[in-house]
Amino acid sequence: MFAPDAPSIISDDMWSLFHKLGSPPWLYRISGSILRWLLPIAVLGLAVGATWGLLYTAPDFRQGNSYRIIYIHVPAAVVALAGYYVMAIAGAIHLIWKMKIADVAMMAAAPVGAALTFIALVTGSIWGKPTWGAWWVWDARITSMLILLFLYLGVMALHEAYDNKAAASRACAVLALVGTVNIPIIYKSVDWWYSLHQPASIKFSGASTIDPSMLWPLLVCIISFYALFTCALLGNMRVAILQRERRTSWVRRLAVETG
Amino acid sequence: MYFQSFADLLAMDGHGPYVWSAYLLTALVLVQLFVWPWLLRRRLLRELRLELRRSERSEGDAAAVELS
Repeated sequence: MFAPDAPSIISDDMWSLFHKLGSPPWLYRISGSILRWLLPIAVLGLAVGATWGLLYTAPDFRQGNSYRIIYIHVPAAVVALAGYYVMAIAGAIHLIWKMKIADVAMMAAAPVGAALTFIALVTGSIWGKPTWGAWWVWDARITSMLILLFLYLGVMALHEAYDNKAAASRACAVLALVGTVNIPIIYKSVDWWYSLHQPASIKFSGASTIDPSMLWPLLVCIISFYALFTCALLGNMRVAILQRERRTSWVRRLAVETG
Repeated sequence: MYFQSFADLLAMDGHGPYVWSAYLLTALVLVQLFVWPWLLRRRLLRELRLELRRSERSEGDAAAVELS
């Protein structure tokens, strides 16, 4: 049995945060103030990282200047995958605890993830032409990224297909969770199959195979893409919150005040 | 800077069109990620505002009819 005064794992601050997360006006307000500083920082970070990579690094000894596409291609791909975690975990939270905000987050993540996957595929295709001699190859890494794009688009389409929004959210969450099978396939595709795509050159354990002069601008770009993803996610969530709460007094007041 | 001139930067030894088109496309997609929700939010708030004004006016009309 538990002792009556056993210390709780979840502190009072945590509980109050959970309560606030369930409060749409609080979320709308806090996301607005986060966006106000995070978005300028993200844009500035990307400008710095991209300029650094484009202008102040040496070309790759084998690929020449085409390699400079790495500074947008890799960040977009990395965050497209991270975005899928956000969508799938939000879907799971929605299924298990019926948290409305998790549903909002899941649907807000889908278009952002789709856009980033699209960027990764298109910039990869443009990079492939001068490097491999082809715009497109049916390679394991590229094909699994294409499936990721279809999963994102599938979740968006499935949500539109239902009239009953509660049923739509459940179906989308299930699809998102089933689709996580694709994530390890994407990661491992360059190791499991013979692939034109080069393996990862940044490693968390062991030495990275990328020159430090190229690594730093790449890291700046990756962090900026994470920040941009967060901003776009919050932006979409704000619209969804207003849409769902449009009959409430706080949204009405907001509508009058912004006029 | 690595490049000797602005023309060199644009050309990138022949890879310029690839690199610059990739960056331009990325910029366009990223910008629309933020413009789209911003437009949606503005439109939603404007619709709500018009709706509220309309309902206020019809309530006013109803009150006027009762008075007369």
